[in-house]
Amino acid sequence: MMSEVRLFKPRFNVAKPAFGILVFLLYLFLLAPLLIVCVISFASNQYLSFPPEGFTLKWYELLPQESTFMAGMQVSLIVAAIVTVIVLAIGVPAALALDRFEFRGKGAVQSFFLSPLLIPSIVLALGMVLLFGPLHLNNTYAGIIIGHVAVTFPFVVRTTLMSLATTDTSCESAARILGAGSWTVFRRVTLPIIQPGVIAGGVIAFIVSFDEAVISLFVAESGLPTLPVQVLRYVENSADAAVAALSVILILISLVVVIIVERVMGLRKALR
Amino acid sequence: MTGTQTEQLQLLQPGGQEGELEKAKRTRDRRTYLALLLPAVLGLLVSFVFPLAYMIRMSFNKGAPDGVVIETFTLDTYIQPLTDPYYWRVTLETFQMGVVVGLLCVLVSYPVALFLARTTSKYKGLLIAIAIAPLLTSAVVRTYGWMVILGTNGLVNSSLEGMGLIDAPLKLTNNMTGVTIGLVEIFMPYAILAMISGFGRLNPQLEEAAGSLGASKLSVFTKVVLPLSLPGILTAFLMVFVLSISTFITPRLLGGGSVQVLATEIYDQTTGLLNWPFAAALSVILLVLFGLIIAVYQRLTKRIGG
Repeated sequence: MMSEVRLFKPRFNVAKPAFGILVFLLYLFLLAPLLIVCVISFASNQYLSFPPEGFTLKWYELLPQESTFMAGMQVSLIVAAIVTVIVLAIGVPAALALDRFEFRGKGAVQSFFLSPLLIPSIVLALGMVLLFGPLHLNNTYAGIIIGHVAVTFPFVVRTTLMSLATTDTSCESAARILGAGSWTVFRRVTLPIIQPGVIAGGVIAFIVSFDEAVISLFVAESGLPTLPVQVLRYVENSADAAVAALSVILILISLVVVIIVERVMGLRKALR
Repeated sequence: MTGTQTEQLQLLQPGGQEGELEKAKRTRDRRTYLALLLPAVLGLLVSFVFPLAYMIRMSFNKGAPDGVVIETFTLDTYIQPLTDPYYWRVTLETFQMGVVVGLLCVLVSYPVALFLARTTSKYKGLLIAIAIAPLLTSAVVRTYGWMVILGTNGLVNSSLEGMGLIDAPLKLTNNMTGVTIGLVEIFMPYAILAMISGFGRLNPQLEEAAGSLGASKLSVFTKVVLPLSLPGILTAFLMVFVLSISTFITPRLLGGGSVQVLATEIYDQTTGLLNWPFAAALSVILLVLFGLIIAVYQRLTKRIGG
């Protein structure tokens, strides 16, 4: 009798609400730092404390007057934009070569292209500051940009490869048979097909460069601090709410990236 | 440019003319893929290989006061960290932190990953995206968020004091407790991602089968669900462990100078003491530890996968 009754009942019946609550609480934990930053960016407390005493927009209004933040924002935007262009220009062809051609040592080349993600960024950062010293690249745009290329490049290769893998080559062959040249085939056939991977890779590269703090800290802390470096410094010295408003803006930029990636190819696919 | 291999391959081709065509195509293909790969290879040489190679060379130099580097070839920079008990303690602390963060992170990520793997909700895609989206937000911002939550006047202490549960604020920042809490949260998306991917063999039908054969809920979990999700759990643990031992921002900010791990030590040796060869040697040590763990990890995943 017992087992019959059980068969008709969904399993984990009793555990279900408890499990649901547990998962909800864990989501809350995961999002807690982001949510709390949003809350205190609107709190009128002069010093960082709880609970919020009232609602204010003054931290946001103060932002444009914080010259260090604005300067850092400018550096970060310029760096991230140039890095994105560079890694797309070198990453998309590289992915194309890996997917559409057969050659010896292909696996090794692919591992090499993805390997910067396996190296701790602090180690890479130290290597860069050491190498850039004699080359006079420390505290220059060129230095930061070169530094960020290594850590953003694998994302572009990965997302482009992902897009290439899901498409077959018959369209390209057809275009070629019909007399299209290699460049026309790429521009008119391959590029539209791999567009999702290229866009996803590009925006991920942009946000990774924009948020990158360790390499920028080593290479350009004293001369050309990026926004994350400015925030890092500020937070180290005083944890008041002024930086919360700025953080909310950074979170919103990330959110835009997340939405674009989710739309074009799915966040899970792009980051895996 | 066509090497002997291509010629050898061509010999295997039946019919001379077809072979010629093949050969021409091969040569063209080879030029194309080399041209496509070249910019990337150059880019990575400049921004990745040269810095690492230069750093490894630097670790065999000798550091002098005021950031002066004496060009030589010595193992002195390695002897100091390997003989000084302080650096053993720092390395041990780094390892401990990695293990604790890895375990806790797996513990809190597992229910979420399990939920995401088996939910049939129409919002499944959105829920997965929310769980991994924090990965693309600044680590500095997320660490700052934890400083606000855990600080002396932070959310946790204010709430507990407000409820009259504590008299003096708990010390949750500027120590390992804060760093651990922050890192567990920061690496959760990585762990969730790794686990969902590792749960491939998890199948609700197996659970139903075990259940209908009379297994209790607990034994369905321990005998079916847990063993099948073990590869995902292991991958997630090792990934978080590896990320934790090399992370810098969070130990720096939430540790407030009183948490010394390898990454913060490398930073202090460079900016504070300007001892470049010594910092390079510490980095090489970190890199070697890293490589060993990744090698073990790949061995393990191969064994489990095969």
